[in-house]
Amino acid sequence: MENKADILQGTLDLMVLQTLAAMGPLHGYGIARRIEQISDEALKVNQGTIYLCLVRLMQKRWIKAEWGTSKNNRKARFYSISKAGQKQLVAEAENWQRVSGTIGRLLQLKGAR
Amino acid sequence: MIMLGSIHRILARICAVFQSSDFDRDLHAEIDAHLNLLVEDHIRKGAPPEEAKRLARLELGGVSQLREAHREVRGLPLLDVFLQDLRYTFRILRRNAGFTLFTIVIVGLGIGASSTTFSVVNTLLLRQLPFHDSERLVWISNRADDGVKEWNIQVGHFLDLRDQTKSFSAPGDAKMLINGELERLNSLQVSQNFFSFLGVSPQLGRSFSADECKWNGPRAGLLSYDTWKRRFASDPNIVGRAVTLNDASVTIVGVAPRTFDFATVFAPGNPIDIYLPMPLTQETNGWGNTLAVIGRLKPGVTLQTARAEFQILSAQIQKQHPERNTLRPILASLDQHVTGNLRNAFVVLSGAVAMMMLIVCANVANLQLARGVTRQKEMAIRAAIGAGRRRLIRQLLTENVVLSLCGGLLGVILAIGGTRLLAGLRAFNIPLLSTVRMDVAPLVFSVLLAALTGLLFGFIPALQVTSISVHDSLKDTSRASTGSKRHSWIHRGLVVSEIALACVLLIGAGLLARSFLKVLEQNLGFQPERVAALRIDPSNSYTSRVQRNTYFNEVLARARSLPGIRSAGLTDVLPLAGDRSWDVTAKGKVYARGHFPEGYIRIVSDGYLAAMGIPLRAGREFSEQDTPSSEPVAMVNETLARTLWPGQNPVDQIVIGEGGSNPGRRVVGVVADVRHRALEQESGNELYFPTRQRDESGPVYLVVRTTLPPAALASTIRTALRVITPDLSGTEFKTIQQLVDKAVSPRRFVVLLLGGFSAFALILAALGIYAVISYSVNQRTAELGIRMALGASARDLQQRIVLQTLRLAGLGMLLGSVAAWIFARTLASLLFGVTFTDPATFAAMLLVLTTAAALAGYFPSLRVSRIDPMAALRAN
Repeated sequence: MENKADILQGTLDLMVLQTLAAMGPLHGYGIARRIEQISDEALKVNQGTIYLCLVRLMQKRWIKAEWGTSKNNRKARFYSISKAGQKQLVAEAENWQRVSGTIGRLLQLKGAR
Repeated sequence: MIMLGSIHRILARICAVFQSSDFDRDLHAEIDAHLNLLVEDHIRKGAPPEEAKRLARLELGGVSQLREAHREVRGLPLLDVFLQDLRYTFRILRRNAGFTLFTIVIVGLGIGASSTTFSVVNTLLLRQLPFHDSERLVWISNRADDGVKEWNIQVGHFLDLRDQTKSFSAPGDAKMLINGELERLNSLQVSQNFFSFLGVSPQLGRSFSADECKWNGPRAGLLSYDTWKRRFASDPNIVGRAVTLNDASVTIVGVAPRTFDFATVFAPGNPIDIYLPMPLTQETNGWGNTLAVIGRLKPGVTLQTARAEFQILSAQIQKQHPERNTLRPILASLDQHVTGNLRNAFVVLSGAVAMMMLIVCANVANLQLARGVTRQKEMAIRAAIGAGRRRLIRQLLTENVVLSLCGGLLGVILAIGGTRLLAGLRAFNIPLLSTVRMDVAPLVFSVLLAALTGLLFGFIPALQVTSISVHDSLKDTSRASTGSKRHSWIHRGLVVSEIALACVLLIGAGLLARSFLKVLEQNLGFQPERVAALRIDPSNSYTSRVQRNTYFNEVLARARSLPGIRSAGLTDVLPLAGDRSWDVTAKGKVYARGHFPEGYIRIVSDGYLAAMGIPLRAGREFSEQDTPSSEPVAMVNETLARTLWPGQNPVDQIVIGEGGSNPGRRVVGVVADVRHRALEQESGNELYFPTRQRDESGPVYLVVRTTLPPAALASTIRTALRVITPDLSGTEFKTIQQLVDKAVSPRRFVVLLLGGFSAFALILAALGIYAVISYSVNQRTAELGIRMALGASARDLQQRIVLQTLRLAGLGMLLGSVAAWIFARTLASLLFGVTFTDPATFAAMLLVLTTAAALAGYFPSLRVSRIDPMAALRAN
C-alpha cells in the first residue's frame, strides 16, 4: 500500500484538485468515490489515503475545509478548491500534459523500431 | 507559487505539532462520517448490516495506521517524537529525583568550572586586546646588559626611532611608566598621541594638545573614568576645571572612557587615576630610560621584518649618539607581552578542566549503567510493544541530554558567579582578569559542552539497549544482570579511567602546589612578616636638603617612639614593587663600553635594614651621622661585592654609581642579597645610598617592624605623623606581606584552581569506586551468601572486596602515573624547585588516591556483614 501511495502522491494531488474544481465542494468520501468511478476502479487505493492527501493540500492552502451536512443529513467535512489551488491546478495540469505527451511520444518511438 | 505552498506547509506542520489533539478529533469525526457513508452505500447495494460494516472497514483500510500516517504527514514526526521523549524524560527524571539531582549537581559543577576557566582563557588568550587594531600592536622595550631583563627606552632614542623607522605607520606612541604620586593620585605620563593611537577617544573633553606636551607647556590632566566618578561625583562640567596637583594648578581637559582601563592590561591591580602629558624633549631625555613604547606594524609588515629593521637602526643611532644609554630594542606582539607568560598556565588549566569533565562523564555514565540494569525490564516492555531499537536509544539520549542541559544551566549560573568573583579579585596580579565575564562565547561554549557531555555519558548506556534480549528480560530472572559480564567490564573500565584521570590531575596539582611552597620558602633576603610601609613623601615646600633631612629625622623619631614599633627606616623603593638600575663601577677599574655592571639602586636610611629584616654581612649600616656634610658612603649587597671586587674585601672600597664624573662613595657595609624583582629571581647587583646624602624627588616610604599586627598600627602611625605631615592618606599603608602575596598571586591562582579541580576529581573518582563496589556487592549477594554459608567470615569477604577495589585503583593509578609522567613535562615551565618527575609528589598523590580508593571500597563492603546467608540463598 505504501509503495502505491508513493507513486500516487503527486497524481493523487492533481486528481483531488481536479475533482474539486469540476464538482464543487465535496466530502472525503465523495472525493474518493468520484476518483474510483472515473478511473473505472482501476486505481483502487485504500480510501483512507485520501485523508493524507487532503491534509497535505490543506496545509499548502490549495483547498479549504468546512463542516457541513451531507445530502442524507450527516455531519461531514466539505472540501473546496481555493484560488491558489486553482492556479496550482492549471500549472500541474500543464505539467502533466507535457510529461504524458513526452512519454507517449517516447513509447511510440519504441513501437516503431 | 509551488514555493509558497511549501512554505505554508512547513508552517502548518510546525503548528500542527502543537494542535495535535484538534487534528485527531477532526480526523476521528471524518473517519466516522466516512465509515457511515460507506456502510449506507453497501446497505443500499443490499449487504446485510454486519457485512456492510466489515466491507466498509476493509475499503477504508486500517484506521490506526491511517491515524499514524496522518500524524506523520500533517506534523513533524521528528519533533513530535522529540516532544514525546521529552515529556517521558521529565516523568522519569522526576521519579528518580535523587539520581537526577546528583547528576545535575556534578555536571553543573563541572560545567561551571569549565565555563569559568573558558571565559578567563577567552579574555586572556583568545579575545583581542581592547584596543584599535590590536593585533598589529607591538611592545618595544630595551634589553638590559645582562641580556635577560627588560628595560625602558630613553626619550632621545625613541624620537630617533620614530623619525627613521619605516615599519610603523604611526610611530611615536609612548606611554610612560612613571607612577608619580600627585595628591595621592596614581598618575601616568603619556605621549600626546597615546589615546588616539590606541583608538581611544575621551568620554568627555579631549586628549592632550601639542602645546600641553611641550616642556613647561600648559599643565593639563585627563582623568580616568573611575576617578571622575569617585572623586568628582561624575561632574559633567569637569572639563576646563582647574585642580591643584602637587602645588600646581592643572586643567582637566578630559575624562577617559569607562572601557579604557590601562591598569587591567598593563599594570593589574594598580589603577591609574590621572593621565598627564609626557613631553618628549631634551629635558625628559635626561631622565634616562623612562619610556615604554608601543608601536603599530604597517599592514603587511611582519614582526620579523620590524625586528631586523630595528636591529640596524638601533646600531646606527647608537653610533650617532654615544652619549646616550645603550639601546637594544626587543619587539614582541602586545598580546604576547601582556599575557604571554600566563599562556602556559592557562593551557594547563584548560587541559585540567577537560580531564575533569571526562571524569564527570565517566561518573554519570557509570551511574546510568547501574540504573540501566534496573531499567532493563522497562526497555524490554517498550521493545515488546513495538518501540524500535533506534527509538529506545533516542529516548535514552534525550534523557541524558536533558539531564546535562539542566546541569549546564546550573553550570552557567555557577560560572556567572565564578567570573564575577574572579573579576572582583584585586589580589591577583593577572592582566585583564577584572574584565572577565560570561558573555556570548562562554555561554555558547557551556551549552555545547553540556550537550556534548550528555551525548558522551548517554552513549554507553544507550549501547546497552542494543544488547537487550526481550525474552530474557521479561522472564523474571531475579538477577537481571547475571549475563552482564560485559557491563561489569565497562563499569570497571570507567572507574579505572576515572582514577587514571584523577591521578593525572592530582599529580599535576601536587607538582604546582609543591613549587608554590618552594617559592614561598625562598630566602627572600628580608623578612616580610610584621613589616609595614607608609608613604611619607616630603612636601614640595621643603626646598633644601636640610629641611628634608630635618623632616626625615622627625618622622623617624616619632615613629620609633610609638609603642609596638621595634625599628623604623626609610627607603625609596619597596621590594617586589618596582626597581631601577644604574651603571655601577668600582673606582680604578676600566670597563669596555656597554659592559658596565648594572646595579639596582636603593636609597635608604638608618634603621631600614633592621626594619626590613635584611642581614648585615660585614661593616656597618648607615647611621644618622651620614649627612650631606660627612663623607659619601654606600652599602653593597653580596652579589655586587663579588661583581666589583671578586675575592677582595669590599669594605672601604670606592664605588661609583652616580655617573662617571662622580668621585664615588666609600663602601661601609655589605648586606645580604634581596629578592627584589620576583621571588623566583636572584637579586642581582644592589647598591644602597643613604637617604640623607641624596636629593630625590621620588617617593619615600617609612618602613616599620612591629610587635603588633601591622594593620592595627596604621591609624596610630598616621596620627603620630599627622602633626608634621598632614596629608597622609589611609590607602598608602601596606604591609610587606601584601607585596609578597601579590607577587606570588598568579602562581597561587593557578594552584588554587588546579587544586580545586583535582579535589573535585578525587571526590568523583571515589564516588565512582563506591558506586561500582556497592553495585557489585548487591549483585553478588547470593554468591556472598553461599560463601558465608560455606564458612567464610564476613571479615574475609570484606577484605576481599577492599582488595578488589585496590586492584582496580592500582590499575588506574598505574595508567594515571604513566600519563602524568608524560603530561607533566608541559608543566615544566610552571614549576619551581621541583622537577616534573618529582618522586615525592608522585608518591604522596598515589598515597592520597590509594586511601580514597580503600575508603570508597570499605564502606560498601560493610554491607557484607548484614547479609543473612539464609535469606540470600532463598532469594535465588
